[in-house]
Amino acid sequence: MKQRDFERRYEGQWQLIENWLTGYRKNTEVGREPDTNDDLPQNYRRLCQHLAVAKERQYTGNLIARLNQLVMQCHQRLYRQKNVSSHRWLEFIFAGFPRALREQARFVWLACGLFLAPALVMGLGCYWNDALIYAVMSPEQVLQIESMYDPANRVLGRERGSDSDLLMFGFYIKNNIGIAFRTFATGILFGLGSIFFLVLNGVFLGAVFGHITRVGFVSTFYPFVIGHGAFELTAIVFAGAAGLRLGHSLVNPGNLSRRQSLREAGKEAMKIMYGTFLMLVIAAFLEAFWSSSTEVSIGIKYAVGGCFWLLVVSYCVFAGRRLPVTAPAGSRL
Amino acid sequence: MHDTSASAAPPNPDETGLDTLYQIETPEGIDLTAQVAGPVPRILAYTVDLFYRSLILLVLGITLRVAGNTGIGLWLLCSFLLEWFYPVLFEVLRRGQTPGKQAFSLAVVNDNLTPIGWGPSIMRNLLRFADFLPFGYFAGILSMSCGRYFQRLGDYAAGTVVVYREQVAKTGELPDAAPTPPPRGLQLADQQAIVSLTERSNVLSRARQQELADLLEPVTGLSGDDGLRRLHGIGRWLLGARRPQQNKATATNTPTQPEVAQ
Repeated sequence: MKQRDFERRYEGQWQLIENWLTGYRKNTEVGREPDTNDDLPQNYRRLCQHLAVAKERQYTGNLIARLNQLVMQCHQRLYRQKNVSSHRWLEFIFAGFPRALREQARFVWLACGLFLAPALVMGLGCYWNDALIYAVMSPEQVLQIESMYDPANRVLGRERGSDSDLLMFGFYIKNNIGIAFRTFATGILFGLGSIFFLVLNGVFLGAVFGHITRVGFVSTFYPFVIGHGAFELTAIVFAGAAGLRLGHSLVNPGNLSRRQSLREAGKEAMKIMYGTFLMLVIAAFLEAFWSSSTEVSIGIKYAVGGCFWLLVVSYCVFAGRRLPVTAPAGSRL
Repeated sequence: MHDTSASAAPPNPDETGLDTLYQIETPEGIDLTAQVAGPVPRILAYTVDLFYRSLILLVLGITLRVAGNTGIGLWLLCSFLLEWFYPVLFEVLRRGQTPGKQAFSLAVVNDNLTPIGWGPSIMRNLLRFADFLPFGYFAGILSMSCGRYFQRLGDYAAGTVVVYREQVAKTGELPDAAPTPPPRGLQLADQQAIVSLTERSNVLSRARQQELADLLEPVTGLSGDDGLRRLHGIGRWLLGARRPQQNKATATNTPTQPEVAQ
């Protein structure tokens, strides 16, 4: 069959599909699906056949390009991924996330070590040695931190007026979640970035802890930190673990190609990152609205903070163990 | 999945060696092709997005100034969301296109050419920071330049490619030349060359077409515009057109011929 006859015979069908596709695009904004949707698989298969025939008969580039594009558009419609139902989200929060963490337990422990070991060293060092903190911070920064947690101050955390809780919330979101995201993202550089950010954060954390304890602002600093720390510090460790997982997939891809290995690791790591993001939002919320409040007594803050830690740890260890492992939750989120 | 299909699909390495075609085989057993976008249009698209983002932040900064500290808090929140999730929202909800990508008709798709979902989109945009390192997207550009399909680090991890979303190619008007039967022994490749010359007649300049047609002077026996018209005629014939005027002529001739015979 000559190309012209081929085109003439099927032009009507192609036009219909083209019109439907453009109509669909307009309708998506309204959120209505047109009636012809039922025909899509059938139309698509027919189009595929036309394209294959056109290629086989070596018809002209214009026609093949047009058919290819039509097929591609239908392909995109047909293979669209399903939306995530709320049920999936709940399943992920209650089971999928802690399960993902336990699957990657090696990396979580490694990240934990990379974070805590420098923190411990710097903490003890700064506690024993007055000058050590100046190795990592400028005197102005040290002064600022001291003034933040000085018991003589009425307000905790960053100095602020009463209306600025939301300001600090925004700041914590931007700053802390940004840190976690960076810790994760740089893991793709063979894990080096994650290691760097984990150690860096560990060093700063240890330095501040050691120094504040040495100066003696214990009664303000620890009640402030304990509450949101349960979520924030663990989340940063988890983000680092996800980053290390990415890096490890490149360093040791096993039987897969590095590209394949990275993609697999990416899926695993994303499960952890969803949860980490939620934890950091909780942490920012607590840090802005709970940790800093001066009306709550120190005892209650310790108690609640302790509960948070207990909650987070037991959540990571126990949640989602009993449910059947049918569909790995969050794998297609 | 595409790894095997993409490497197995291109039949002719000479043809695809320089080309930026990205081919995958669908479950229906056909090869889909897309053009992957290189670093330059992507950088330009990013610049457009950066401009929009900064504009939004600027406008928000001015309007939220009224609200004092609360306003600054909201502004920080917005800047966080814009920094990390602006591309994600657009890519997932607007069929892989941020406004910048739309301006250059680019789109992000999964590497099996299906629309991108939340997971891969978040992944590739979180890894943006790694691509940015050490400064000005150096790692990303390096990764794009080294890879076959111009993927930055985030694309590799998320399994995505940035392709051109082509505009529907209008089948151009064929040149107005009388369809002529091709000379005998024209090879398939020659036929295809002539047909595509015919199809692209209103894209190429007349002079360039004549120049090309002159190469075939030994075949057509004509030079200059006549040769070109002959080639266009052959092209139309090959595409299926026949001589309406000649048909008419033969149709009028046949009844007359018996008369002459009688």
